[in-house]
Amino acid sequence: MDVALVKPATERATRELFAAARDRLPGSGPVSEARQAAFDDFARRGLPYRRIEEWKYTDLRTLLREIAPLAAAPDQAALASAAKAVTAYVAGDAYKLVLVDGVFAPQLSDQTPETGVEVRALRDILENNDVAARADLLTTTAASDTMISLNTAMATDGIVIDVAENAKLTRPLHIVHIATQSSTAAFTRSLLRLANGAQATLVESFVAAEGAAAYQAHDSVVLWIGDDAGLQHVRLVEDARDAANISTAIVTVGAKATFNSLNLTSGAAVSRYQGFIKFSGEGSHADVNGVNLLNGRQHGDTTLVLDHAVPHCSSNEVFRAVLDDQAHSVFQGKIIVRPDAQKTDGRMMTRALLLSDGAEADNKPELEIFADDVSCGHGATIGALDESLLFYLRARGLSEKEAQALLIQAFVGEAIESVADDGLRDVVIGAAERWLAARG
Amino acid sequence: MPLLEVKDLQVRVEEREILHGLSLTVNKGEVHAIMGPNGSGKSTLSHVIAGKPGYEVTGGQILFKGEDLLEMEPDERAAKGVFLAFQYPVEIPGVATMTFLRTALNAQRKARGESEYSTPNFLKKVREVAASLNIPQDMLRRGINVGFSGGEKKRNEVLQMALFEPSLCILDEMDSGLDIDALRVAADGVNALRSPDRAMVVITHYQRLLNYIVPDVVHVMSKGRVVKSGNKDLALELEASGYAQFEEA
Amino acid sequence: MAAVQETVDRVRQIDVDQYRYGFETIIESEKAPKGLSEDTIRFISAKKNEPAWMLEWRLEAYRRWLTMQEPTWARVDYPKIDYQDLYYYSAPKPKKEIASLDEIDPEILKTYEKLGIPLREVEVLEGVVRPEGERKVAVDAVFDSVSVATTFQEELKKAGVIFMPISHAIQQHPELVKQYLGSVVPTSDNFFATLNSAVFSDGSFVYVPPGVRCPMELSTYFRINERNTGQFERTLIIADKGSYVSYLEGCTAPQRDENQLHAAVVELVTLDDAEIKYSTVQNWYPGNSEGKGGIFNFVTKRGDCRGANSKISWTQVETGSAITWKYPSCILRGDNSRGEFYSIAISNGYQQVDSGTKMLHLGKNTTSRIISKGIAAGKSQNTYRGLVTAHRKATNARNFTACDSLLIGDKCGAHTVPYIEAKNTSALFEHEATTSKISEDVLFYCVQRGLSQEEAVGLVVNGFVRDVLQQLPMEFAVEAQKLISISLEGSVG
Repeated sequence: MDVALVKPATERATRELFAAARDRLPGSGPVSEARQAAFDDFARRGLPYRRIEEWKYTDLRTLLREIAPLAAAPDQAALASAAKAVTAYVAGDAYKLVLVDGVFAPQLSDQTPETGVEVRALRDILENNDVAARADLLTTTAASDTMISLNTAMATDGIVIDVAENAKLTRPLHIVHIATQSSTAAFTRSLLRLANGAQATLVESFVAAEGAAAYQAHDSVVLWIGDDAGLQHVRLVEDARDAANISTAIVTVGAKATFNSLNLTSGAAVSRYQGFIKFSGEGSHADVNGVNLLNGRQHGDTTLVLDHAVPHCSSNEVFRAVLDDQAHSVFQGKIIVRPDAQKTDGRMMTRALLLSDGAEADNKPELEIFADDVSCGHGATIGALDESLLFYLRARGLSEKEAQALLIQAFVGEAIESVADDGLRDVVIGAAERWLAARG
Repeated sequence: MPLLEVKDLQVRVEEREILHGLSLTVNKGEVHAIMGPNGSGKSTLSHVIAGKPGYEVTGGQILFKGEDLLEMEPDERAAKGVFLAFQYPVEIPGVATMTFLRTALNAQRKARGESEYSTPNFLKKVREVAASLNIPQDMLRRGINVGFSGGEKKRNEVLQMALFEPSLCILDEMDSGLDIDALRVAADGVNALRSPDRAMVVITHYQRLLNYIVPDVVHVMSKGRVVKSGNKDLALELEASGYAQFEEA
Repeated sequence: MAAVQETVDRVRQIDVDQYRYGFETIIESEKAPKGLSEDTIRFISAKKNEPAWMLEWRLEAYRRWLTMQEPTWARVDYPKIDYQDLYYYSAPKPKKEIASLDEIDPEILKTYEKLGIPLREVEVLEGVVRPEGERKVAVDAVFDSVSVATTFQEELKKAGVIFMPISHAIQQHPELVKQYLGSVVPTSDNFFATLNSAVFSDGSFVYVPPGVRCPMELSTYFRINERNTGQFERTLIIADKGSYVSYLEGCTAPQRDENQLHAAVVELVTLDDAEIKYSTVQNWYPGNSEGKGGIFNFVTKRGDCRGANSKISWTQVETGSAITWKYPSCILRGDNSRGEFYSIAISNGYQQVDSGTKMLHLGKNTTSRIISKGIAAGKSQNTYRGLVTAHRKATNARNFTACDSLLIGDKCGAHTVPYIEAKNTSALFEHEATTSKISEDVLFYCVQRGLSQEEAVGLVVNGFVRDVLQQLPMEFAVEAQKLISISLEGSVG
């Protein structure tokens, strides 16, 4: 059993961490019990490591070693420092919701949502012991994973958003995670419920305020997409170069609904984004795309599970990794087609571009199919930049870096294209450009 | 005894009735054209005669050489001499056309209690027919219809028709997707197969095809029934006036 | 049991050097007692007249095995195997070497016939002159763990090719066996390979000397006919510099009610510029229509392209066994070496297949190609599991992988689990996979042309697997094609 493999010293340290954090974790009664149960699960299994198949390529016992102590609630100085970071990274027309060191900061957030949207802080709901609103905020059975358990146990705050039936939001909702402290960990859990027929765009970004280093961001987001509803979801991980980002999205897609998602990781020393997307109604479509732009010794892992639990749904995954220096990119994509999910169409294409001999790309595109009337496929390529294209551009007068940049933009473009809104796509491209510019 | 007798045929697809009591009699040696607008049930008729799954016959009868065709499996019907030239012949990768032809021909002969073709005779026959249809040898080595043009696919259907020597040929929209030259080659192939022992049912939306395959009888279908029958002049009449006059019927 | 125990005790009393020459006349028992212990291993080794170093090798593996866990990562589900409830050695009655067909037990010949193995081999054995142009097939028939006939020795000897039961090679060519045995699949490799190292019964040994192109296809048929007898074949093929050999392996097994364990190990070594082509048709008893019985097939097959410009090609047609756990792999160590894996895996009824390959690119300019065709029918589960990896020094490593799955019916599962790892910028890996079913339109088209449903499915499936069938030597291709149709019988409702 795994129990034996958890170092007792580490487990003790983790238990102390939880005990120390207890007072700061909102909610009592059933919420506390849920936290304790989740924590016990984490403590029993410990940090995931290479012998856990889902974490084969991202061994947190070596990459993360331990969970950092909980970050302190932000003080005035922290909020001031966070305020500067917000302006630098947020798209112009977005309705922004800011979490500083894992705590909602209303003073940095936009106050006037559109009609049809209700926004609350998770902490308020849990502390007010609002039983109806609280239900299943912290418990999710959609996915089982130690890092989700840890998140459930430790979440200090988050944003809870409800979008009313048939409401069509015109401005994106933008959750901005800002770390201002060093060597601490923030835990957040956000939820978005789109009622039937609603349309919304959710942007999540992860950034560091000036001077914040070696911190850990642990986030999870639970998204419910109602029937005939549509969600555009964009994640930008631009954490500090020595930080860690461990994030989970649990998505349930209703009938005749659409889910369009893009995760772009260019920051953090160690990152893992795991998306569990499940179709619960027929006639729906999901585009789940990802881009890893990594250099130095960065390790970036994107793990997606597309669960076709019902018939007549289609999904398409496009993943691109660009790797320089000693960077390590992981893509694991699994398409599950359940026994009755006939007429499923599932596609997955993953490509990695290696710019340096020290870089490593690991791909595991997996199909698990139990229904026969389906059409599923995946493709994977790993390779270097096309020398002849580089030469063509060089011959036209571009420097090597410029030529590479152009080809890299084209390479990741396919994944980014799925973002329909021009303004939002520019935000994503902006993040990619920042990474390219930092390469020099 | 007529070769094919369709009596008051009623057919449903997923709860929706497509044919509402269609009747048709085809004798040996005759060429019948069935014309009609899209959605009139032409292709349904051809599929039901050949036995394609997914159609529910709720009433009527189809007799072929006096036997109840609806009681037979599709491969039994093929062995009895029913040949459907598909509007969209499928592609089967990895199965060489030549292999397929021999397998199918021998399956039919076996079902009829006939001896299997000897290989030299079979090859000789295929080569002859292929040459007359302008089908190059390398096409026969490729997977069935894989990478074939529209015209090549239709010529491949005619090739099979010639090889299998069916007594009833149903040509479903043979002209779709063909330019005039490809159409002429295919039609010449079909005309060469006209014989006193064989009947043909040519299903088409356009009169154009009937310039090349001249029918003895023309039927007009609308809304799942034969609404008018006549000689080849009926097709020209339709060309001039369109289907609108039958739509109200 | 008392008699058996007595035998064991006697074996134990005999010193290795003593029984090396006269042992067979002493031991009458045909079977090792049930269960696994150091005594069982000593018994097997003694039965085989093995030198002390071989026994030691086996014992070391056994001690290692005791510390190992049975792997659970594959997508196969089977009742727990009681390793103490199996026999680890059994031998057919006629023990002496034979020179002609007449000397082979007619019962054995009859069984071969029943199994549908073409009489071609019998003809070969009888020395019938084949029409010009047809290749000769040499058969080393492994019959229940012990070779009962070896043919064409003379012609092979002329070419300098050594082709004999591995038990003989241990006696006659100890230096080659010592050098290569366990050098590709070490005794500590995995649970089943380690078990095999401890108890292997027999298998084939091939050595092709430098520059020699083996004058014939080498072929072996395996059969399991003793109830509760674990089969632990061990095969070792060495192609020395610039040589070439094609080896065919085919298996069939009669019906059995109880599960039978098979854990074979095959090791291939190619030195500079050498090539080995290894083909398998596996058709062991898959269990009955309720999923009862059938062979458990846990196989470790690995080739080491040790020399530059060498090549190893695996082709397999897997239609039998209740459980298949098998990943014929290539270690591409030599620069410019090439590995190939062509596979057809068909599962029907309650069969479970977890099979694939590993291509480990270590040398420069190494290339590999994987073509896998999985067909799942009935209530079976069919998994492709593959690893392609390029190490830091594997500049210009190239891989192309295509794995396609075909589902027949809605009660089966087809799964694809590829691991693609590159640590070298100049690596170029391409991988594609599809899963689909046979389209209704295609079936109707075939049926309209007079084929029955089953014939139509057989035709389409044969088309689907054609790329792989073409890789088989002619002798096998025809058999394999028939086998594919037979294995899918009853899959179309």
